[in-house]
Amino acid sequence: MSEPLLRLEGVFTDIEQYHILQGVDVAVPAGEVTMLLGRNGAGKTTTLRTIMGLWRARQGRILLDGRDIAALPTPVIARAGVALVPENMGVFSDLSVEENMVLAAVSGPLDRARLDWIFSVFPPLKTFWKLPAGNLSGGQKQMLSVARAVCEERKLYLIDEPSKGLAPAIVGTLVKALKDLKAAGATILLVEQNFSMARALGDHVAVMDDGRIVWTGAMATLAADPALQEKLMGLSMEGGHG
Amino acid sequence: MTELAPEHRPTFSRASLADRLSPHAPVLLLLALAALGWLAIDQQSSWLTLTVSGLAMGMMIFTMAAGMTLVFGLMDVINFGHGAFVSVGAFVGVTALMLMPGMTAEASIWLNGFAVLLAVACAMLATGVMGYAFERVIVRPVYGAHLKQILVTMGGLIVVEQLIYVLWGPVEIFIERPAAFQGAITFAGAALEKYRLVAVALGLVVFLALRLTLKRTRIGLIVRAGVENGEMVQALGYRIERVFIGVFVAGSALAGLGGVMWGLYEQVITAHMGQETMILVFIVIIIGGLGSVEGCFIAALMVGLLQNYVAFLAPKAALISNIGLMAAILMWRPQGMTPVVKAK
Repeated sequence: MSEPLLRLEGVFTDIEQYHILQGVDVAVPAGEVTMLLGRNGAGKTTTLRTIMGLWRARQGRILLDGRDIAALPTPVIARAGVALVPENMGVFSDLSVEENMVLAAVSGPLDRARLDWIFSVFPPLKTFWKLPAGNLSGGQKQMLSVARAVCEERKLYLIDEPSKGLAPAIVGTLVKALKDLKAAGATILLVEQNFSMARALGDHVAVMDDGRIVWTGAMATLAADPALQEKLMGLSMEGGHG
Repeated sequence: MTELAPEHRPTFSRASLADRLSPHAPVLLLLALAALGWLAIDQQSSWLTLTVSGLAMGMMIFTMAAGMTLVFGLMDVINFGHGAFVSVGAFVGVTALMLMPGMTAEASIWLNGFAVLLAVACAMLATGVMGYAFERVIVRPVYGAHLKQILVTMGGLIVVEQLIYVLWGPVEIFIERPAAFQGAITFAGAALEKYRLVAVALGLVVFLALRLTLKRTRIGLIVRAGVENGEMVQALGYRIERVFIGVFVAGSALAGLGGVMWGLYEQVITAHMGQETMILVFIVIIIGGLGSVEGCFIAALMVGLLQNYVAFLAPKAALISNIGLMAAILMWRPQGMTPVVKAK
């Protein structure tokens, strides 16, 4: 396991009167894919949003490359190299696909080589390049959301349930794209409910429950142990629930 | 898991006529309104005069409303104090004009035009600075609280009006337009006031400049995206609050420009003129669709045309014509003519 690029130490986050994160400790190794798993309401999305600064940690440290980013504004965190693919995709419907991409390229014009790669993994984005993003299907919007995050090289990708509500074939396309990204040495923290996708991509796993990390380890360990899966998440991927 | 999405080869079927016309419905409605006016008004010369007058009025309302609709769309702020910028702009602009009698008395289009441009620059500078202070002191503490926004911005409006009384006195000020903009020209048998033609041209320039900025520049892209989903714009790395301050200042300056134009149109200015124009401004931004500059532009022209046509045909109905228009449009499109999708 390589040195962690991101480390959360005792992070507590409240949303109004609710204590959602209650001391999250997790490390995300550089150049690898860490899966954040857990049942609905465990605090996975809140963890990503807290890292991104969209919700503020009441307590604890969020270290990116050794620098505490917990109190930084969201745009500063983004420019420090953190990209977010939110659960609701966050696509700008009134803007064209091209405008969505241009906006995501914060450091300058879109890189041609990177754009060619994006078009090769997500061909519909090329087809609908000039059309309003609101006209895209759910799967195509998810492709655009991921493409926006990867249109420039980032230190860390936070991806929240990319397979949610998508057809298996579209999920396959996303998995291929994320595998390409992983092969290029990207560091990814991925929230996912689809265990097949998690198993296909993940190197490490952190399982959450009730706002805490309850188990961390290698994906291979979790994948090989149905009893552990049942214990941690109340499911067995061998049993066909995933 | 290895299965990929099939290669995408979409076929685009020919959309129905209704589907193709739907995005252009607001423009078609505006043209239909002008055509209806043409049918209802016997004399073509009267129709032309009223149409130019309506367009001029619409352009001025648009200039005042454009900033407000963007401010609402971008940061969800209801600024009832927007009328204060209109009044201050009018007073500063008119004062500047009064300080240049040598440039406004003689009927020279260049001298008069330069004087008006200087007056407009003074008004926009003053209202821009005032907008910055207004946002920092009055609006910033009440982000996300609509009721408080209404209360404090109304309070801000009252304070500014009282300050105008202190600085310029309580009496309304009558203005004479620069000599070159007085009188009318005759075209196709219709008398067209020169100033109204200037107002139409100026309004068109403002609209095109705004549209160009919003569609062709990165800052415009950020504003449009921010109107839809400010949180995501921040997550991409843009400081939306700085963009908002910029939009607030620009919107305030535009209101100041609208104030000068409106003052020269009415040829009288009062401290509460901004408050009075706000009724039309609110109607326009609601009809247009909150946050939509294009919708605001078309709505302003519709309001201007309808008010002038109805005032000519049935003067007693003029007061309710715009409320009727708003009710009809909202029954057709409850979010306004060109609503901006919001993810907030």
